[in-house]
Amino acid sequence: MKILVCISKAPDTTSRIAFTDNGTAFDENGVQFIVNPYDEWYALVRALELKETQGGSVTTVTVGGVDCDPIIRKALAIGSDDAVRINTDPKDSLFVAKQIAAYAKDNAFDLVLLGKETIDYNGAVVGGMVAELLDVPFVSFAIKMEVNGSTATLEREVQGGVEVVEANFPLVVSAAKGMAEQRIPNMRGIMAARTKPLQIVEAQDVSTSTTIVRYELPPAKAAVKLVSADNVAELVELLHKEAKVI
Amino acid sequence: MRTDQYQGHDYYMMDDLLTDEHKLVRDAARAWVKKEVSPVIEDAFEKGVFPRNLIKGLADVGAFGPYIPVEYGGAGLDQISYGLIMQELERCDSGLRSTASVQSSLVMYPIWKYGSEEQKQKYLPKLASGDMIGCFGLTEPDHGSNPAGMVSNFKDDGDHVILNGAKMWISNAPFADIAVIWAKSEEGRIHGMVVERGMEGFTTPTMHGKWSLRASDTGELVFDNVRVPKANILPGRSGLGAPLSCLDSARFGIAWGAIGSALDCYDSALRYSKERTQFDRPIAAFQLQQKKLAEMITEITKAQLLTFRLGQLREAGTATSAQISMAKRNNVDMALHIAREARQIHGAMGITNEYPIMRHMMNLESVITYEGTHDIHLLITGMDVTGENAFK
Repeated sequence: MKILVCISKAPDTTSRIAFTDNGTAFDENGVQFIVNPYDEWYALVRALELKETQGGSVTTVTVGGVDCDPIIRKALAIGSDDAVRINTDPKDSLFVAKQIAAYAKDNAFDLVLLGKETIDYNGAVVGGMVAELLDVPFVSFAIKMEVNGSTATLEREVQGGVEVVEANFPLVVSAAKGMAEQRIPNMRGIMAARTKPLQIVEAQDVSTSTTIVRYELPPAKAAVKLVSADNVAELVELLHKEAKVI
Repeated sequence: MRTDQYQGHDYYMMDDLLTDEHKLVRDAARAWVKKEVSPVIEDAFEKGVFPRNLIKGLADVGAFGPYIPVEYGGAGLDQISYGLIMQELERCDSGLRSTASVQSSLVMYPIWKYGSEEQKQKYLPKLASGDMIGCFGLTEPDHGSNPAGMVSNFKDDGDHVILNGAKMWISNAPFADIAVIWAKSEEGRIHGMVVERGMEGFTTPTMHGKWSLRASDTGELVFDNVRVPKANILPGRSGLGAPLSCLDSARFGIAWGAIGSALDCYDSALRYSKERTQFDRPIAAFQLQQKKLAEMITEITKAQLLTFRLGQLREAGTATSAQISMAKRNNVDMALHIAREARQIHGAMGITNEYPIMRHMMNLESVITYEGTHDIHLLITGMDVTGENAFK
């Protein structure tokens, strides 16, 4: 099975978040980037597991500049066979989806796997867009995936239970927690990553469909209001009128 | 044991000096430690046992001979990668790092540097994969800082030698498959040789009652007329310089490791000082606590810079033993001082195993003594700058 895994960089969760250019761009200064955890822990690892049981190959694709190379090397160290970087600054979800779809179309993958969302912009739409552009089925937020010949059986978490879906390859799947378990790159993988191919592909000429007007930080956390344990009436009053949760 | 919330601290953007591969190696070691070791380390320390089920993982993250060439099963990494792995292991526990240091610098290093091709092929791949564990015997009950006075000796016996003597304070001894040991020939020349478990007359009694490095097994090596094949003698070098060169490699790793301990203590103290409220303010807001924290990160940053430069020198093959001594001495002393200050910031909680502070502090009391004591390293620097020998 020929699998393409979409890998995106995301700020480390401990990063200090700030904006630049009048609040229209994320300030990357001093920020450590990691592989988007949903892409790494679930999509990539499940792809590797499928390769281990079904045979085939795992390629990662990243839309981004040379600053993405460290996270691509990590994906190679974890076990992908080769990597592709589409050399452009990602603008918005449709822009990224069109870049990935163009590459995927030319290279005929059986399965495109990606995380359910990135932990920075949380768009969660690239997978659906790629599927539409490739005119293949899309299963989102999958927590389990088994392969039987030309068919995949997937589980999705739905309100109060699980939905079981079947779809034929080629297929796009976005992976959620439960799909696989994080793999820590071992020394052999890190060594092997040195010589695995990283192909740089020129980007498609795609116009963006949205413009960022501004980003805003959430309001600073207010001080905690302590209510004495024997004053339930005041607590209820505050929850009702101030917090407006009851 | 609380969840391991450790985050690295990099006040002078040292990461800019590292390659992507350095960071990958370090972060992989850190992730493995958090996942596999942090949840069990307090229990192992309390019980006084080395968790042997960690050996495979240590091998996987490259903790066993990362700089040994690939053809002998090593990872072929550079010296800074070795240092970073040791830093991440000791960030968790000095005993964990000790196990890896011994295997890498005191067992694999001498076999790689001074062993015959047959010895390298026979031992190094298994040591790198963790299928074989080694220990190193230099120190004796009556000869610590003065190893040249050792009494362990061997006599010629055809194609074998007959080895007698005893070694003490040997990390990994109780479960090691092989021991690289140093003993005097009939001419009084120090030679290294590989003694294998199972050779008649070779025993490795465990040492008990340690209040330090409790998650690392320590023992003695006793040789009672052990017949060792001559093929097990390391042919490449003899004299005290041979074991001392191994100690250079180990001390280099300790210099990095100590930064790990210091970072963990600082990280815990910084977090605790922001969370702990007294007099209606987090204690981080009080000048006396800030003084401690500011001095800690200053000393850690100085040590990081010193040690990174030492890594460059070591990689270039130009680091002197005296330069390594300076880093080992400075960094372990720095880490021990930070552990004590961090203990104070944690107040009473600092003495419990809810926090790693006391464990680090107890461990560092060994680290400041083994691999050359704090005082001996000072005399090495003193001799280096004055040209005068003040050892005896």
